[in-house]
Amino acid sequence: MYKVKVFVTLRESVLDPQGKAVTNSLNSLNYKEVADVRIGKYMELTIEKSERDINEVVNEICTNVLANPVIEDYRYEIEECVTL
Amino acid sequence: MLSTLEPNPTQIKAEKVYQQMGLSDEEFALIENILGRTPNYTETGLFSVMWSEHCSYKNSKPILKKFPITGERVLQGPGEGAGIVDIGDEQAVVFKIESHNHPSAIEPYQGAATGVGGIIRDVFSMGARPIAMLNSLRFGELDSARVRYLFKEVVAGIAGYGNCIGIPTVGGEIQFDPCYEGNPLVNAMCVGLIDHKDIKKGQAHGEGNTVMYVGAKTGRDGIHGATFASEELTAQSSEDRPAVQVGDPFMEKLLLEACLELIHCDALVGIQDMGAAGLISSSAEMASKAGMGIEMNLDLVPQRETGMTAYEMMLSESQERMLIVVKKGREQEIVELFEKYGLEAVGIGTVTSDKQMRLFHQGEIVADVPADALAEEAPVYHKPSKEPSYFAEFQAMENEVPQVDDLKGTLVSLLSQPTVASKEWVYEQYDYMVRTNTVVSPGSDAAVVRIRGTRKALAMTTDCNSRYVYLDPEVGGKIAVAEAARNIVCSGAEPLAITDNLNFGNPEKPEVFWQIEKAADGMSEACRVLETPVIGGNVSLYNETSGTAIYPTPVVGMVGLVTDLDHITTQHFKQNGDLIYLVGETKDEFGGSELQKLLNGKVFGKAPALNVMIEKERQNQVLAAIRAGVVESAHDLSEGGLAVALAECLFANEQLGAQVDIAGNSVSALFSETQSRFLLTVKEENKSEFESLVDAVQIGTVNDSAKLQITNGESTVLEASIEELKDAWKGAIPCFLKSRD
Amino acid sequence: MKFAVIVFPGSNCDVDMFHAIQDELGEQVEYVWHDSDSLEEFDGILLPGGFSYGDYLRTGAIARFSNVMKEVIKAAEAGKPVLGVCNGFQILLEAGLLPGAMRRNESLSFICKPVELKVENNQTMFTNAYEPNQTIIIPVAHGEGNYYCDEETLAKLKEKKQIVFTYNQNPNGSLADIAGIINEKGNVLGMMPHPERAVDELLGSADGLKMFQSIVKAWREAHVVNA
Repeated sequence: MYKVKVFVTLRESVLDPQGKAVTNSLNSLNYKEVADVRIGKYMELTIEKSERDINEVVNEICTNVLANPVIEDYRYEIEECVTL
Repeated sequence: MLSTLEPNPTQIKAEKVYQQMGLSDEEFALIENILGRTPNYTETGLFSVMWSEHCSYKNSKPILKKFPITGERVLQGPGEGAGIVDIGDEQAVVFKIESHNHPSAIEPYQGAATGVGGIIRDVFSMGARPIAMLNSLRFGELDSARVRYLFKEVVAGIAGYGNCIGIPTVGGEIQFDPCYEGNPLVNAMCVGLIDHKDIKKGQAHGEGNTVMYVGAKTGRDGIHGATFASEELTAQSSEDRPAVQVGDPFMEKLLLEACLELIHCDALVGIQDMGAAGLISSSAEMASKAGMGIEMNLDLVPQRETGMTAYEMMLSESQERMLIVVKKGREQEIVELFEKYGLEAVGIGTVTSDKQMRLFHQGEIVADVPADALAEEAPVYHKPSKEPSYFAEFQAMENEVPQVDDLKGTLVSLLSQPTVASKEWVYEQYDYMVRTNTVVSPGSDAAVVRIRGTRKALAMTTDCNSRYVYLDPEVGGKIAVAEAARNIVCSGAEPLAITDNLNFGNPEKPEVFWQIEKAADGMSEACRVLETPVIGGNVSLYNETSGTAIYPTPVVGMVGLVTDLDHITTQHFKQNGDLIYLVGETKDEFGGSELQKLLNGKVFGKAPALNVMIEKERQNQVLAAIRAGVVESAHDLSEGGLAVALAECLFANEQLGAQVDIAGNSVSALFSETQSRFLLTVKEENKSEFESLVDAVQIGTVNDSAKLQITNGESTVLEASIEELKDAWKGAIPCFLKSRD
Repeated sequence: MKFAVIVFPGSNCDVDMFHAIQDELGEQVEYVWHDSDSLEEFDGILLPGGFSYGDYLRTGAIARFSNVMKEVIKAAEAGKPVLGVCNGFQILLEAGLLPGAMRRNESLSFICKPVELKVENNQTMFTNAYEPNQTIIIPVAHGEGNYYCDEETLAKLKEKKQIVFTYNQNPNGSLADIAGIINEKGNVLGMMPHPERAVDELLGSADGLKMFQSIVKAWREAHVVNA
């Protein structure tokens, strides 16, 4: 079994209105050192081992479903875990 | 097994564990008496939620008996998921209002969202297609950051749920007052449409029939939510987060469509929402109403979490679930019907004839108690009642006219009060058009939704000026009903019936109980005279923070019938040259008025008087004139009086203005909140016909000056451009929200 | 002419679309469930608004994997008119039938109100009944209508006159005030405003009806030629 942590965020070039709103409120709460906030989605996938390479599977899932490459970037972390 | 961690009956009694669940010593003794033994932990839990105020109305039953609940058109009064009123052609309207105040105070988005979800289920569980939503909201003043947070999140929560499920949110009202600062009110009303033949009830008839569970899986969310709603909010409440559930509007949309398909299946015997007190409340009520019992195997209940105890499963308030009873042997059809929508339907029990609720879990009987005892036999309390000292003080005050020097400036200030100001910022976040039947959208006196395929439409509104109710609960209660009816009539409809949401403080305080009693007396009188029976509703008590109660707020949700689309009328002035009429004389009445609050920061004195017979007569006249086709616009006079009403009538059009002449004291004429008054416009050519139908005084004319000009005899007392007034009115709420966060 | 209204789990403007076609336009229309595998009998395909699959991942992201979407793509390739409104537009973007993507409204709030649109291109099968540059009133009702595409795509959309509707007062922050775009071939239109909510004066505007009339007109002309 693998535990896969997927992070999806808007691409750098795309305006993130939610992140902007949070940046502004943090600044107005006097956290002036906060320069930027990007908001995204965090997903945990539990994937069973198969013949296919896990990286290949995860990349496919991310590009096809979890992220929209037109506006979003993704990255992921894979942990192998012992089957219970 | 987890249940070994639960206290045994001896411990429950000795250590008074039941008290933590909200049962008193007397109530526990009564339960022992009913069972002939000491209840176990699960059973104690079942009684504690079923006998909570939220489920049993044990404190408010004597009050609810005051209300008229029958009428020629009433097909279903209080007691089922929602009330039903006949609207002809074998069609009926189904509606109900319900509060989600306590959850919204601690988790405003989800609290409001699940409130919307719950009331929608009440309506479709009757077999009706929900066609519209309204919301009655109360918050503290917007200059508090906490209030702004609650306000924004509640609105977002209502929008998030209602927009997704695709039921238009067409109206409601919002008032702001410091008394709601720690305890906002979120009352949601749903209106549905049904054919008589499709009406379904929540009853478990037929020994041997199968009890099925449909919808979302059960988790540990909201356990003891019903008990929570029956307690005051304290500083600890914020940590009581488990009592708030997360709504899933997508699941509910599927459940809605599946259930409306199910209604047409003759295998269905009964259906009920799993709302407050979840599985136990729905099953015990269905059994009790049918005079039957139910046996359930809790191992079969679809569960989202592992290791749940019987206690947890029975008390969970997980959302988007329904309990249905189907004819024995037809279960597979039901399973397939729900499968089409990607939903699970699971048989979890059987209807029995011994009137017992018998629950099995992991091979053991975990509860065996009479269904009637849970659903019907909660003790009823007649709480002591005492007139609060403030009342006599207020009644002794004379009606004085406040000193106002700058009439125009005062009008601008009144229009910028959040209670009076435009609620566009709110309703633009609601999809008020989906299902394309909304003829009159938010912002007029009542919303109007047409009934496709007919010439009919339904008008709907919610109303309650709690300041009047606080000053004088009886008169204020009358006004709440009368104002709702006035709004309905102004939109061209005949008032049908009401649903009420009684929001009050702690009923154990005699002064609060007195408010409840008096408000109910006033409402009942108005309902009788206006022929609008109460067909259902909700009671929300213990609305207090740190010992201070909210203003008594009995919200009235009313529905009216428009018999022909041509009768639909809005408040806005229509064209240059129309004559402006005022129905009803104006007195010096400023107790609880918007002007009094503006000038003094508080309210005091007598509430405006109301004669319900006169109200009824005027409403009849106005409706007759509207139906005769001689009324161009109709608006009731409420907060802010004539001046605010005139301004509101002019905000839909950039060219129109008005020239109005008043008499007597200008402050009274412009800002008094005397009841039973209407502002109407009439085409010149219809003048004589109109005057033969309505006792009204012509006070001015509509012109194309884009200005409001008011004269008193020879002198102009107020002159303002509509643009200036509109900016103040429209900009007030966004300005509060923008400038400070 | 026979229309299909595609129903995904969570669609909620399907009924409005259906009635606009049946009651106001007077053409044939049927609901088609998301698992259907044929759209052959239909002449026009309508993807209605709503919250397909709750829009919990991304608007339209799950719906585009529905069985019926293969058929929608086939219909688009065959040149049949395909109209996606609101969530339908979002699904067309996710499915790659139209370029670009949707972001949350700039205000971060859902917005519901009638808006003024400018008909930028009236030479399409969806807009031939409008005057050039006509201003029409059509309601919007969405939380994610903030259209985005890269500069290259935008330049191409402009050059090929694929921007069909723009907002007079941009309600959501959409790039270049874009309210609706069409594919290069000219038979797939996506738009955030709801023409099906503007087909009856009783409800405030009938400006959307011309859009459906345009589709029928174009279809009749094509079929007369073919016959």
